[in-house]
Amino acid sequence: MANMKVLTDASFATELKSATTPVLVDFWAEWCGPCKQVAPILDEIAGEYASKIQIMKLNIDEHPAAAQAAMITSIPTMNVYVNGEVVKQIIGAKPKAALVAELAEFLN
Amino acid sequence: MSTTENPVEVAIIGSGPAGYTAGIYAARAQLKPLLFEGAVTAGGALMNTTEVENFPGFETGIMGPQLMQQMRGQAERFGTQFVTDDVVQADLNQPIKYLKDDRGNEYWAKSVILAMGSGYRELGIPGEKELSGHGVSWCATCDGFFFREQVIAVVGGGDSAVEEATFLTRFASKVYLIHRRDSLRASKIMVARAEADPKLEFVWNTEVTEAVAKDGKLNQIKTRNTVTGEAGVMDVTGLFIAIGHDPRNELVKGQIDLDDQGYVLVKSGSTATNLPGVFACGDLVDHTYRQAITAAGSGCAAALDAERWLSHN
Repeated sequence: MANMKVLTDASFATELKSATTPVLVDFWAEWCGPCKQVAPILDEIAGEYASKIQIMKLNIDEHPAAAQAAMITSIPTMNVYVNGEVVKQIIGAKPKAALVAELAEFLN
Repeated sequence: MSTTENPVEVAIIGSGPAGYTAGIYAARAQLKPLLFEGAVTAGGALMNTTEVENFPGFETGIMGPQLMQQMRGQAERFGTQFVTDDVVQADLNQPIKYLKDDRGNEYWAKSVILAMGSGYRELGIPGEKELSGHGVSWCATCDGFFFREQVIAVVGGGDSAVEEATFLTRFASKVYLIHRRDSLRASKIMVARAEADPKLEFVWNTEVTEAVAKDGKLNQIKTRNTVTGEAGVMDVTGLFIAIGHDPRNELVKGQIDLDDQGYVLVKSGSTATNLPGVFACGDLVDHTYRQAITAAGSGCAAALDAERWLSHN
């Protein structure tokens, strides 16, 4: 696993506010098949674009309050935060090329 | 890695029961198959199911994802090689077939087995796309969790609709099962289970015409009675769509014969398509049965057909 920080209900807001780059939060759960399929792709992106974007994980079972506050109703959902605000939302697992294309504004 | 001079014997596109079974058989025939399992769809449609009760050999049932993981492992054990990516280009109408994956890698194969399966059908109503992930869903096992103690609806009348509706009663306070007709196509045992479920209510002769949002999330659906034409509304915060599937033929459309519903045509009693060395199996060719076990059976047949074809060509 590349450098992917694990968020909790307690750390969610402060981590996103203090980040110096855009942060992609992967909302996931153990029982979600598509989440497992997109995880290694996010891992690759985290490694290749480490200076551009940070990728963090939030397990919605263990930390339901943060997921609820973010109004998540489907997983995987990948929200991009800048200064703690959602600036982009991607819902559903996608191949790497499609994810990189959707994230282009943050990766280049 | 394959080249034009050194192609693989057989490439398999798809990783449901058909693709993995073709992998098991082709690998055991020493054909060293290369199996494209998809970037985010490896394991196919069964990855989004829960308990599979009708796959022979599993007396007490097996979870869909576990079944697929075991099929993959079995294919791997005999030497199937996997590419965890989608095939985005295929040139099949030539002696050595050409494939390209989404990362731009190129492959050449003497024979190809098509097992891309089918994809969810959409209702095509206003609000559906916009609210996807905000109350509208195609995957009860993925998203059901988010509808605890809420009132939701499932659209459809087949096995998958009834399975989703029954599964969703674990979370929701109430589940409406909306169907265009006045009876279900689903298997009797599933219907009986659904009828006995106190949280589940059938809404017959009704179609959904629009998904309506409030504050960016679904909170109502508009309906129409298919007999009287009467319009209605239902207050639901979740809408699960299970109205069937369409064959995933985008990759081969235009170069291979399809029937009028888009399924790949195969010669009767075999898995051979109209192109030499190209075989097709699973839900991509089957609009009748569409079961895990029939897909696995046809994947086996495709591998045997490919093996026989390779030995004569």
